[in-house]
Amino acid sequence: MSVLVDKNTRLLVQGITGSAGAFHARGCLEYGTNVVAGVTPGKGGMMFDDKIPVFDTAHEARHETGCNATMIFVPAPFAADAILEAADAGIELVVCITEGIPVVDMMRVKAALADKPCRLIGPNCPGIITPGQCKIGIMPGYIHKPGTVGVISRSGTLTYEAVWQLTSRGYGQSTCIGIGGDPINGTSHLDALKLFNDDPDTEAIILIGEIGGTAEEEAAAWAQANCSKPMAAFIAGATAPPGRRMGHAGAIVSGGKGTASGKIEALRNAGIAVAESPADMAETLIARMKGN
Amino acid sequence: MNIHEFQAKQLFEKFGVATPKGFSATTAAEAREAAQRLGTNNLVVKAQIHAGGRGKGTFKSGFKGGVHLADSVEKVEELAGKMLGETLVTHQTGPAGKVVNTVLVAESVEIEKEFYFAILMDRAIASPLIIASTEGGVEIEKVAEESPHKILREPIHPTLGLQAYQARKIAKQLGFTSAQMPKAAKLFLSIYKLFIECDCSLVEVNPLVVTKSGDVQALDAKFNFDDNALFRHPDIVAFRDVSEEDPREVEASKSNLNYIGLDGNIACLVNGAGLAMATMDIIKYHGGEPANFLDVGGGATEEQVTEAFKILIADENVKAILVNIFGGIMRCDIIAQGIINAVKAVSLPVPLVVRLEGTNVDLGKKLLAESGLPIETATGLTEAATLAVAAAKKAA
Repeated sequence: MSVLVDKNTRLLVQGITGSAGAFHARGCLEYGTNVVAGVTPGKGGMMFDDKIPVFDTAHEARHETGCNATMIFVPAPFAADAILEAADAGIELVVCITEGIPVVDMMRVKAALADKPCRLIGPNCPGIITPGQCKIGIMPGYIHKPGTVGVISRSGTLTYEAVWQLTSRGYGQSTCIGIGGDPINGTSHLDALKLFNDDPDTEAIILIGEIGGTAEEEAAAWAQANCSKPMAAFIAGATAPPGRRMGHAGAIVSGGKGTASGKIEALRNAGIAVAESPADMAETLIARMKGN
Repeated sequence: MNIHEFQAKQLFEKFGVATPKGFSATTAAEAREAAQRLGTNNLVVKAQIHAGGRGKGTFKSGFKGGVHLADSVEKVEELAGKMLGETLVTHQTGPAGKVVNTVLVAESVEIEKEFYFAILMDRAIASPLIIASTEGGVEIEKVAEESPHKILREPIHPTLGLQAYQARKIAKQLGFTSAQMPKAAKLFLSIYKLFIECDCSLVEVNPLVVTKSGDVQALDAKFNFDDNALFRHPDIVAFRDVSEEDPREVEASKSNLNYIGLDGNIACLVNGAGLAMATMDIIKYHGGEPANFLDVGGGATEEQVTEAFKILIADENVKAILVNIFGGIMRCDIIAQGIINAVKAVSLPVPLVVRLEGTNVDLGKKLLAESGLPIETATGLTEAATLAVAAAKKAA
């Protein structure tokens, strides 16, 4: 078992003919993901790598191939439109990799998706992977291993770091969800945590957060009351100066809010084990799983 | 990105936000001319730097205050002459201060009452939020701490935007009279229009004032813009003043590198923003001080890595460099070759610790070891951080 994606996922790639879209569509195919269609407006009718049909619209792709998830590589100025198109086509899971989407665009997208049966992951994220079954995104597949640890993170390479620490200690993952580093995103830490809490095959959870906003605090408060699975966390950005945007659009301490120390305190108060060093993310969880 | 007060005034005028008339000047003669155009003897001259606390600041020349009232064009010219080209030190500039290249000459208004009014993008509710208070002219953080009941919050619908009734409601709650209310509401609506259409993440008007003559005006404002949206606002990009920015960051931005300068002595070069932050954190955790944040991204080229090294070693505080790369899609051997070529190109004056992990890591390490360059390779984050901290301590 897993959350959101598995071997039955039928993937569409929006922006499949662009360089990043093509490269990572191939990466997903190599991993074994069932990539069934691509969309690039104006290139309908062509075949990607001689095997994946490309359509002009997400609606055609949905109708012709029954795709139930999409991976978006459309450039930032047009990415919000691509997300809305996928949702309107009835695609249940939208994973938006694109970085640099204006916040106002994401605000409108989030409002428009509120009453639609569609889950958005990202934007500005590495994607989602259920090891051994389905990879949607840009993460290196081989560092993952099927197992029972759920991973939630706002970051890309820091997630790989955590996953690699787990895998090299023999602990596999149920699913890893990169929720993205933007201030307004589709799936929050809390949303992802609820999914893992409800998944019978996820036995423990790592939550990786960073400075900015209050999403980690909200997840911590909920976990305290509702989640009995062992949890560990790491918060990046303890040394970040206030008022500066640390790479991710959402990673900023403003008006004294969103500090690493505040988040760490909230997590600890909720009974979640917090790794002091990013080198100890897996060890911290393993210790907690063993009841220490 | 930040902008100057005179630029904020230009945006206000464009969007019909009531604000005292004013013009910018870069010479004393221009300042005199600006004062003449304003046609009044109630004038104010304000030094234009990005830092706050200008009024209470002191110039290195000894002249006190970056904001002065003036009652004649001659006085304006004299004040502008004392500010322009001089370095102003405020509690926000640090001891180095900021050179004043521009002054704003504006009509000074007689203030009846001051308010605080801000619109910000609130990530928790994924929509804009208006924050307003009757306590204008002081820091809102202070008001929030001492008298939180005096702060009013009005969330804005993400697609409907600020409605006229909301603007009237806020005006009434702030205690504007029936005669002032329509003017205040109009002001709020025009600020909101500016906020959305310019992709701001914050517009903070402090103070927003009622003048003795009964007008409602935005007196001073702070803007933050969403960097992601700058591509559709060339007019705002043109407001950028690189003389206000850290020169290291200006250099980095030319090579599309995500760099933020800090005060420590261990430079870092990392792929990915989260890992870059975590690398700074682990340096600190092991007793060192990071000199910067630097995310070279997932697809950094050899040229970018070379440029990155140049920026890192240009910082005289730097005593060691830590490269931390998790090679996922990007193979470690390719990264190692890039590092080797970059190191050869810049001839590093400080020790370099490299930690590679991920795809083809053994091949990458072998390349580094056989390069004959003084590169220490580390296995794991902890070893990388401790080696870098030790190298910096030894060199310091």
